[in-house]
Amino acid sequence: MNKMSLCLSSRNWQSQLKSRRSLWLQVEELRGIIMHEMSLCEGIVQVLENERSRQSFERVNKVFLEIGALAGVEIEALKFCYEVVCQDTVAKGSTLEIIEIPGKAWCMQCAKELQVEARYSACDYCGGYQLQVTGGDEMKIKELEVA
Amino acid sequence: MCTVCGCGQGEMRIDGQAHEHGDEHEHHHHHHHDGSHQHGHDHHDHDHDHDHDHDHHHHNPGHSHSHNRSHGQASEPGHSHSHADSTQDQHPGHHHRQPLDHEHHHYERGPAHAHAPGINQSRMIRIEQDILSKNNEFAAGNRSLFQARDIFALNLVSSPGSGKTELLTRTLTDLAGEFPMAVIEGDQETSQDADRIRATGAPAVQINTGKGCHLDAHVVGHATHSLSLDRGSLLFIENVGNLVCPAEFDLGEAHKVVILSVTEGEDKPIKYPDMFYAADVLLINKIDLLPYLKFDLERCIEYARRVNHLIEIVPVSATTGEGMEIWYQWIREHRQPLKPPLNQSLNHVS
Repeated sequence: MNKMSLCLSSRNWQSQLKSRRSLWLQVEELRGIIMHEMSLCEGIVQVLENERSRQSFERVNKVFLEIGALAGVEIEALKFCYEVVCQDTVAKGSTLEIIEIPGKAWCMQCAKELQVEARYSACDYCGGYQLQVTGGDEMKIKELEVA
Repeated sequence: MCTVCGCGQGEMRIDGQAHEHGDEHEHHHHHHHDGSHQHGHDHHDHDHDHDHDHDHHHHNPGHSHSHNRSHGQASEPGHSHSHADSTQDQHPGHHHRQPLDHEHHHYERGPAHAHAPGINQSRMIRIEQDILSKNNEFAAGNRSLFQARDIFALNLVSSPGSGKTELLTRTLTDLAGEFPMAVIEGDQETSQDADRIRATGAPAVQINTGKGCHLDAHVVGHATHSLSLDRGSLLFIENVGNLVCPAEFDLGEAHKVVILSVTEGEDKPIKYPDMFYAADVLLINKIDLLPYLKFDLERCIEYARRVNHLIEIVPVSATTGEGMEIWYQWIREHRQPLKPPLNQSLNHVS
């Protein structure tokens, strides 16, 4: 992907943070996590740039993401980082549409599938922790709306 | 994926600011140099006469070289950069004191894409790709390389200060002679950890990620190439101290090993569940300090099992050596058996 734009956008990020005080506070709070979302956005833009070289389009309007409840992604932080990382790329001005996927796990004791909130959730039926996550840990780019 | 950009806001390590050119190419140069020693490079010929679009990363501290022209200039139209040798990491005929003295990452941009005239209506494209698919591709490459050479790669992850490096130096010392071993060290800054590792006699490569918060498969692939790993080696990849991002970035390792020290809270496994879920082994370090702390070891183990009921848990002290033998035994049991050399297997068939 375009590394220079990334550097530029990193600088823009700082100035944006200054102008968006409430977000800045959030970012401070999420400092450990925001870096994570930044890397994920880089990954998204990389996929978009690759896609552009394979399919002809001029810009990306919307990106539909499937984000699992267990994927450890802060959606707000992701959206914020995305806006910044996209500058001067094919995805500039595009929006993220997040399809949230609930966490699912298989209880080995009960031999049942259930919905879980977190990786440390207990089984609804037996209260045990012998759970194998079966869904809701995805971070996938589902489709793009392009022009 | 660049581990230096993207994650951080500071970009402190970049000498050359982003420079723009009037012509059709853009050229951006990152030079990450922290010269703790200087040595001349006569192989490094910058004659600035070709145009390509790349990033140039020197992820190596303790390395500095002088250029005839400074890359720090903000804009210098027509400034570009070439190497007399190949753009790969090989500089034949030149001896480097450290294995990763010189690392170049070149990110070439593809040719401009063609637009079909008249098509500007929006349309949907279904792609169904993992966000980290690029990293995963590199990780798969690393994994097949490790498998082909019977290399047992372990990705050591923890928060900062858990005693990863201490644990690693002890492991390297105690297992010396049993297996060939090598280390890839990831830190945001300094080569201190790699220096500590090399003091044990094991080869080590330091990757400095700058503001980056994790190692990625691409940079680990480069580091692997610069270590000449013997067949059957144990490769320890010491990740950047962080319990968040390294959980998501596959490096091609056989297992993630998470280290938690008893000076941290016992609830770390449920606070950072992704990491404890991704790991196959949990080493609870610094147990020699338990008498002085309120750390509830039983509860910590219970939390870890809630997140990952299959995780193997070994309480250890890298300082006193307690429990370390169990960890070594785990390594011995889990590294894949060496494939017989080709000629032997042929003999066996005949």
